[in-house]
Amino acid sequence: MAIEISNYISMAIRSALPILICGIGLVFGSRAGIVNIGAEGFMLIGAFMGVVGSYLFSSAWIGVLVAMLSSMLISLIFAYFTVTVKADQVVVGMGINMLAIGLTTTLFRRLFGMNTEPIKIESFSPLAIPGLSDIPILGTSLFTQHAPAYLIFLCIPLASFILFRTDIGLKVRAVGEHPRACDTVGINVFKVRYGAILFSGLMAGFAGAYLTLGLLNFFVEDLMAGRGYMAVAAVVFGKYSPVGVMLAALIFGAGDALQYRLQAGGSVIPYQFLLMIPYVLTILAICGFVGENKGPAAMAQPYIKE
Amino acid sequence: MESKTTRSKVLSSLSTASFPVLAVIAALVIGAVLIFILGLDWRLAYKSLLQGSLGTKKAIAESLVKTTPLYFTGLSFAIAKRCGLINLGAEGQVYMGGLFAAFIGLSFAGLPRYIHLPLTVMMGFIGGGLLGLITGVLKVRFGASELITGIMFNYIAIKLVSFFVTGPLKEPGDLDQTAIMEVSAQIPRIIENTRLHAGLIIALLCLVFFYIFLWKTTSGYEMRVVGMNRGAAEYSGISISKNVLLAMALAGGFAGLAGCCEVIGVQFRLFQDFSPQYGYEGLPVALLGNSHPVGILLSGLLFGVLKSGSNTMKMLAQVPVAVIQIIQALVIIFVAGREIYNLTKLLRRNKQLEKAGGMNGN
Amino acid sequence: MAYLEMKQITKVFPGVVANDNINFSVEKGEIHALLGENGAGKTTLMNILYGLYRQTSGEIWINDKKVAITSPKEAIDLGIGMVHQHFMLIPALTIIENVVLGMKENKQILDLKRAASDVCAEAAKYDMTIDPFMETWKLSVGQQQRLEIIKALYRGVKLLILDEPTAVLTPQEVSVFFTMVRKLSEEGHTVIFITHKLPEVMQLCGRCTVLRHGKLETTVNINDVKNKQELARLMVGKDVEFSVQKTPAVPGEEVLSIKNLNARNNKGLPALKNVSFDVHAGEILGVAGVDGNGQSELVECLTGLRKIDSGVIRIMGVEIPKLAARTILEQGVSHIPEDRHRRGMLKDMSVKENLILMNYFKEPYSTKGFLNWKWISGYAQELCKEFNVKTPSIEEKADKLSGGNQQKFIVGRELERKPKLLIAMHPDRGLDIGATKYIQSRIVAARDSGSAVLLVSTELDEIMELSDRIIVMYEGGIIGLIDDPQVTREYIGLLMAGTRPQDSLEWMSPCP
Repeated sequence: MAIEISNYISMAIRSALPILICGIGLVFGSRAGIVNIGAEGFMLIGAFMGVVGSYLFSSAWIGVLVAMLSSMLISLIFAYFTVTVKADQVVVGMGINMLAIGLTTTLFRRLFGMNTEPIKIESFSPLAIPGLSDIPILGTSLFTQHAPAYLIFLCIPLASFILFRTDIGLKVRAVGEHPRACDTVGINVFKVRYGAILFSGLMAGFAGAYLTLGLLNFFVEDLMAGRGYMAVAAVVFGKYSPVGVMLAALIFGAGDALQYRLQAGGSVIPYQFLLMIPYVLTILAICGFVGENKGPAAMAQPYIKE
Repeated sequence: MESKTTRSKVLSSLSTASFPVLAVIAALVIGAVLIFILGLDWRLAYKSLLQGSLGTKKAIAESLVKTTPLYFTGLSFAIAKRCGLINLGAEGQVYMGGLFAAFIGLSFAGLPRYIHLPLTVMMGFIGGGLLGLITGVLKVRFGASELITGIMFNYIAIKLVSFFVTGPLKEPGDLDQTAIMEVSAQIPRIIENTRLHAGLIIALLCLVFFYIFLWKTTSGYEMRVVGMNRGAAEYSGISISKNVLLAMALAGGFAGLAGCCEVIGVQFRLFQDFSPQYGYEGLPVALLGNSHPVGILLSGLLFGVLKSGSNTMKMLAQVPVAVIQIIQALVIIFVAGREIYNLTKLLRRNKQLEKAGGMNGN
Repeated sequence: MAYLEMKQITKVFPGVVANDNINFSVEKGEIHALLGENGAGKTTLMNILYGLYRQTSGEIWINDKKVAITSPKEAIDLGIGMVHQHFMLIPALTIIENVVLGMKENKQILDLKRAASDVCAEAAKYDMTIDPFMETWKLSVGQQQRLEIIKALYRGVKLLILDEPTAVLTPQEVSVFFTMVRKLSEEGHTVIFITHKLPEVMQLCGRCTVLRHGKLETTVNINDVKNKQELARLMVGKDVEFSVQKTPAVPGEEVLSIKNLNARNNKGLPALKNVSFDVHAGEILGVAGVDGNGQSELVECLTGLRKIDSGVIRIMGVEIPKLAARTILEQGVSHIPEDRHRRGMLKDMSVKENLILMNYFKEPYSTKGFLNWKWISGYAQELCKEFNVKTPSIEEKADKLSGGNQQKFIVGRELERKPKLLIAMHPDRGLDIGATKYIQSRIVAARDSGSAVLLVSTELDEIMELSDRIIVMYEGGIIGLIDDPQVTREYIGLLMAGTRPQDSLEWMSPCP
């Protein structure tokens, strides 16, 4: 029983991580007034390039780095069209998602062929923290995670600090509320929004790479299963704060892990209904918590300098 | 004065039309560059694409088969857009349309076609419409953005269809699929020896309905008012909730018809993953067609041609089918970026005025 | 030499020359008025100075040095500050965050506590106390304005541009504000004061530059100006008629009656407190008051756009149901909304489509759910002619029309319904004098043909000119009802500032 609980918590955290990592980046984007449906595509690019990087350089960490840079490159396209050209953020986001599917499918088949055996890639293995990991139940679940997991949980207080206590954070929050006012005090609204989007891209790339190199250990064309969209939902649900996103991601992760557990445990419920759990949870979260919190005032509005 | 306005009007409508053409050309050029980078022959690729989609009578018919669902999902996106909504849940609505159609199409053996077929089509519309309506209700009741809930419902609907074709509706045997639909519920073919079916006629009728509804009826006028300015709708006493619900139900219904026509017009069975992203592809169709019936008529055809030629392109030029998806994505991004074009126009006009202003000053 | 010189400034927007070869100079330490009608190019000129727009041609010199100001950042570095007509404060941030936002002196990690004590000290110099960690949306309009000035001072401003600063203030707040501006000037700050209000120019400023239709009209010393009329003539180019022709009202039956109306604003705070009054056929009831004292909420309650907490509203004796905009409109109510862009019009629809917004569901506009476009076209042609709407065709997008013509078709659409009750809120805000006079005369004509008119405006002159009776709103209540035509501006001004009639006697004498 203890092992089961421990495994469950461990699984929940691992499932939460891609959503959490991507969500932290999206918090900054959303605070700057960007609705980033394209996160799904950014993450997919990251997932693929993580595999490519890890395959070419035989290192999961280099895979992560390649993934982050590639996703940032794609997010630059998104930034150009939404900020500079002022196109509809949702539509461009969906365009980016289709582009990501098209690109990864084309490149995957081109690089790894169609019917070869699964490619060998370096992935992350669990890293037990000496001492802490010996605590019963919690030790094995909390302190036997992959190295990036520890890194991310350390990032959350840092992200909060940057958002609420630094000059950059103040600019990001201000730009999402009232870009014109920012312009009048000499802030370059476009630069701040570009920065926030590129950071979202960077983190989405990390999230994607963690998905393939930490969680799944392989790449298939439809591996995203809406995790990028869930990250967008987690940001709304988490009230646009890093800590809130963490809680939201953990709830989604718990739902995902529950689904795995029930499937593994031979539940009488058809597996398709279990697979629905994360999506139903997301809908419930959005319905229950959006009304009271409208988010940044200038959300989804392009800034047009007169 | 009068002739000048007419002329500028003609010019402006010409430039609205020329923009999507430019976007498509730009996407095709980038697609060609990509094929070249992959080390393949882009001329052969595009030649085989055209050959595969328009080369023979059969190919043309097959292109129209691919076009039919795109008309429906394009309309789905367009009607939501006209009410100020973005329906990203069309894919799920396609699946629900297919599922509901299958319920009726598999039962009532012996019913005459003139009852069974309309009933099945209606159920397809209702299936998609219900899911759209639920998305609308969540928006109206809880303020939940239709973007995220729509996408989540896509996954849920796909899993639901998967449950039915592996469980209650499964045909005995190894394959996860339903039995063949009753003949009386099948949409008749309109050209022999091809898969082109009368669903295309239903799609064209829907385009006409879309036009008449939005521009000729008071309900359509209300919907457009809500889509353009919610403040003005409240001010004039038009119910926003009612129109959001109606628009989402119609959007879902159109998408449902896409699924329904695939199931009872092309495949005659329901199975997992039967829609190759038709729901998402409605977005570029509507966007390129500016959510206008004539625009959708043309852009649906374009994407249908690209889709149906892609297999030949793969066979003859070894170009992956996903390249078509990249071209579609680029079209979305470029058309959404319409502003670039407007901006350059504005700059040009600015310069002209500058000259005029300078002359005034002297 | 002048402190600031703007030489031959020209600014061209698509379709308009907003500034045409303007020369403008300001001495150090002076309070210089920039006077002109709406659309004369005052704000454009100042936005160029502040780096928000880039001039098409012309030069800017400060302290005898030619400067290139391409962004507000450079303007701020040169010691230029601007308080915009619509405040550039971010409601969700705290006061101190608003003050330090975007300052280049900021360290990466913000020390807001220290900044707060500096700001409090600065504010104290001008007899102001602030709570730097309060969220900005909690401030009153007057406080927000002072915060904007503090924000500029904290950045070391030497030249302060004030864009229509008094529009949102009561006459009493205005005098407090003037004291502050004079003090700034005494301390060596240079102030440019954008306005279209003549008395304020006469009272506060040393010199005045008049713009008209984007061109420089003149720069004069205020001491050399003999009377208001002279400046007004420069501003509008011809002798101005200061009043609309109007006969005494002949009030008829009661059309609107409100008893003890209570409602809340968007933040959930009480916005209307026991409001009661009535309006009769054939009279114009003016609602005076400073912006944000419950006028918007009152109009929204009357038109079914806001839920009422308690109270009774009767139109023609019929109690109107809560929250049913359409039913209320069908009782014979017309409404010219506060903000035409937000409610009154559909900018991407044609003029024709805009004109049927209130009646599209009725015969002969539509039959059995289908619109009669042929009939509507004829109707729209006539309405545009009748109400003097200048448009190339009725198929033109509303967006393409000028503000005055947009407002004219809205007024036409609403008056064409022959309302029993006309609710008009700021019917001429942002329009030029010609369009304003035209719309005012149509409103008076509607009164003469028997409509009851509820006119809400923050422009006291407009209220006094048009109204037969006046109520004054203050903090969500009615603080005074005036039906004596002899009552003075100052008296209403006191009411607008919240001083009740009984205590106002002692206030009357010290007021200018």
